[in-house]
Amino acid sequence: MERNLTHIALFAALVAVLGLVPPIMLGSGVPITAQSLGIMLCGTVLGARRGALAVLVFLALVAVGLPILSGGRGGLGVFAGPSVGFLIGFPVAAFVAGLVVERMKAPVGLAAGAGAALGGVAVLYAFGIPGMAVMLGKTLPEAALLITAYLPGDAIKVVLAALITRGVAQMRPGALMSRP
Amino acid sequence: MLTLTSPVDTVLHGVRAGVKLAALCGYTVVLFWLHDPVLMAGAALVPAGLIALGGMEFARHAARMLRPLWPFLLILGLWHWWTQDVRQGLTIALRLMAAVAAANLVTMTTRLSDMLAVIEALARPLARFGLPPRRVALTFALVIRFIPVLSDRLTQITEAHTARARRKPRWRLLVPATLAALDDADHVAEALRARGGAG
Repeated sequence: MERNLTHIALFAALVAVLGLVPPIMLGSGVPITAQSLGIMLCGTVLGARRGALAVLVFLALVAVGLPILSGGRGGLGVFAGPSVGFLIGFPVAAFVAGLVVERMKAPVGLAAGAGAALGGVAVLYAFGIPGMAVMLGKTLPEAALLITAYLPGDAIKVVLAALITRGVAQMRPGALMSRP
Repeated sequence: MLTLTSPVDTVLHGVRAGVKLAALCGYTVVLFWLHDPVLMAGAALVPAGLIALGGMEFARHAARMLRPLWPFLLILGLWHWWTQDVRQGLTIALRLMAAVAAANLVTMTTRLSDMLAVIEALARPLARFGLPPRRVALTFALVIRFIPVLSDRLTQITEAHTARARRKPRWRLLVPATLAALDDADHVAEALRARGGAG
């Protein structure tokens, strides 16, 4: 019981702290932040349920007014902005990423990569694109066009999520709650 | 840890959090119901006026919190200049700014403890599904406590790495960071259990 609670809390804190890491600029001028990588890791390391709960706790703290969303953003305003779809998709993304790692009978690194791609990219975009379409008054294909700039960064994050999850599994066997 | 609540005292600071949140919901619904730039500008005057009442410093804080929107406003501007539909572009841009400004206004005038109380009240029905409100409160307190702890840990890892490699660790930071979170979680779980459990 206590282990569930503290892992959820500590990973919510980890996602918050990863938002403080300065973003890396891609050639196109689009910043890649470590925060969405943290969302993927919540799922691939903690598993579906705990991962999604950790992300929910993080989002609740963003909503109550802590400036812990990447770029020092926070408060209720971010839920009224163009990125709201991505925020709603975050816990679902972590859940799907965790579910893939739990269910897929493949080496941890491979399963984590598949989970991060399916959850952290496919599922996340499925929420993010409609959100952007509503907020910016665009059609779905138009909104999809606007976020293609983020695809290269997200591809990098999928690879990193796989490597990090495998690294954690190697250094702390048994600590990976998604693979008990 | 810093919060986004404004230290400048305004009339809205005295209003109960639940009332402000309900008003915000109603206001946002109205914004999505309006489709005329003139009416939208009128609706945008509500948060603008309330911000102006707070004085110069409060207004500057509010403006700072709107800054993340400018790339989107730029995209909207270019897009609607291209499609020759300035009226619609203006409506969307005004709605975006009004909705975000109003939501920020609630954040800026409500203390963190009051907001957390709202969350705990919302979580109370979950007690029936085996999630006592005390445990929710404990989780939030732990996260708030551990954000600065993990942040310091990340700085230490970065310094240790640069001392050896003379390069920024970049993504190599993330494996030890994740391990630190896992280890801290285990230690805190043990400490909680030793003190009678999470309840």
